[in-house]
Amino acid sequence: MSILPLFVAIPLAGAFLTSLLGRRFKGLPDILSNLCTASLCVISIVSIGMVRGGSTLVYKLGGWMPPIGISLVLDGFSSFMLVTVNLVALLVNIYSINYMLRYTAKWKFYTLFLLMIAGMNGVVITGDLFNLYVFLEIAAIASYALVAFGIEHEELEASFKYAVMGSIASSFILLGIIFLYSYTSTLNMADIGRVLLDKGPGRIIGFIIPMFIFGFGLKAALVPFHAWLPDAHPAAPAPISAMLSGVLIKSLGVYALCRILFNVIGVGESLSLVLMFLGAISMVVGVFLAVGQWDLKRLLAYHSISQIGYVILGIGLGTPLGILGGLFHLFNHSIFKSLLFLNSGSVEYATGTRDLQKMGGLASKMPVTGTTNLIASMSIAGIPPFNGFWSKLIIIIAAVQAGRFGYAFWAVLASILTLASFMKVMKYGFYGKLNEAFNNIKEVPLFMRLSVVILAIICVAGGLLLLNGIFLEGARDVLLNGTKYAAVVLRAVK
Amino acid sequence: MIYFLCMVLFAIGLYGVLRKRNLVKIILGLVIIEYATHLLFILIGYRMNGRAPILAEGEVIANIVDPLPQALVLTAIVISLGVTALVVSLAIRIYDRYRTFDITKIRRLRG
Repeated sequence: MSILPLFVAIPLAGAFLTSLLGRRFKGLPDILSNLCTASLCVISIVSIGMVRGGSTLVYKLGGWMPPIGISLVLDGFSSFMLVTVNLVALLVNIYSINYMLRYTAKWKFYTLFLLMIAGMNGVVITGDLFNLYVFLEIAAIASYALVAFGIEHEELEASFKYAVMGSIASSFILLGIIFLYSYTSTLNMADIGRVLLDKGPGRIIGFIIPMFIFGFGLKAALVPFHAWLPDAHPAAPAPISAMLSGVLIKSLGVYALCRILFNVIGVGESLSLVLMFLGAISMVVGVFLAVGQWDLKRLLAYHSISQIGYVILGIGLGTPLGILGGLFHLFNHSIFKSLLFLNSGSVEYATGTRDLQKMGGLASKMPVTGTTNLIASMSIAGIPPFNGFWSKLIIIIAAVQAGRFGYAFWAVLASILTLASFMKVMKYGFYGKLNEAFNNIKEVPLFMRLSVVILAIICVAGGLLLLNGIFLEGARDVLLNGTKYAAVVLRAVK
Repeated sequence: MIYFLCMVLFAIGLYGVLRKRNLVKIILGLVIIEYATHLLFILIGYRMNGRAPILAEGEVIANIVDPLPQALVLTAIVISLGVTALVVSLAIRIYDRYRTFDITKIRRLRG
């Protein structure tokens, strides 16, 4: 029996059972959703071993052969994204056991949460273009609802803005898929790649690519399309902010963009320049907007834009080292950014405020949160030996090697500004004089501490991933192979 | 030509979303965008004077309508129904809180 359908089936079944039984049995949603995410995490780690050495697994849905039927494809890149998504999902889920007690109707939260995971896993694992759109919408609709979960003024406004912009992006993606279908008469991604190789790229490809860049770029919050992110991410409950910033913008945006551009259409010189430019501009604009923020979660949201810029810059360079750096940074960012968002949630849980000017000296009252936040801040700012340092270093070296000195300079500059803004967070938020109002606050409950400590350990040990290549290099090789993807998948079908 | 008209419809929807100040009108713009996309999808599968794609014994079929876009559009319509329902319910909740549909008055968030 193949494990491929399980990545979608487990969270969908979990969401179904949670919504069915959650109202009746109080403790059940916690146990059920944690079981789901834990088992997803285990099978996604197992999947790394299955794609070792560049092998590709294809699962035919309903037994129909691929160009006709829908297929699920597992290769190095998918497996890499699955591990990232499910690892963060598990830790966020452990965190929300305690955190979500602040809200009513915990079971509704878990239902939407599991649906979002099902959508993200589906986007990552599917081999069919229209199927990708469907899963993308499942994840997106669940995330619109989750952003509005608090149903207060800000949440509703942010969610409305996010929903409108997100659906426009989805329409553009669908439009791109329609034109691609009209040109190639097939929806299977491998088959589209094959037809495009045979037919040669027509003029219509030049029309399709901007649509995909706009659509997926909006989902990934690259800079000209970033306006929804700083509203939507802070408005959501902290665990959801961690999921949105940590993995949703990556699996819906960066993964889908890279998969289609690199493996289906094929990246040329000019497209690579566009990606690098978008990456660099998001990197710099994001960090400049972040420095001036006083709302902790809003500051973190702007940093997400900036760090996504690094990922796109690294992947856009197109050299093996650049892609490796970009993917490594993608993994690292999902770890430290979810840690930072969870910590901002812990601070809000204990003190009830997100305004940095009202905080101060929290590290003495909340030692675990203070320490893990210090680790995450140093990771995101790129201080050795934390994981963020290694990935930024690789991206900068790759940019220099490719002769892109300007981009390397901007990457260094953005890194310095990131350091400055996180020094502000640590100084005003966690060190300095304790605000009198917070004399009685306590450290957060057990499960919240457990999950942030695990994330902090991954932050410290993350650099070791570079020593053992299979995890990252499997993903890199898929992107490097480019349009050979079609041949690889079609061979694996037989 | 007819594809071009679809793109015009799409552009009208986009204009509605970007320029209108009323939440309901923004939602209508969104719906128009989705309709334009679905219409384009159906038209791409359509053949002039084509017939329904039903295979029958001993019959040569020369000119049939492509059935795949029709099946896909059904899925897309269901998805856009879900999005529209969600957005409308958000708009109702927003009206409960702010007592207005005017987005220039709904400005708790900066930037």
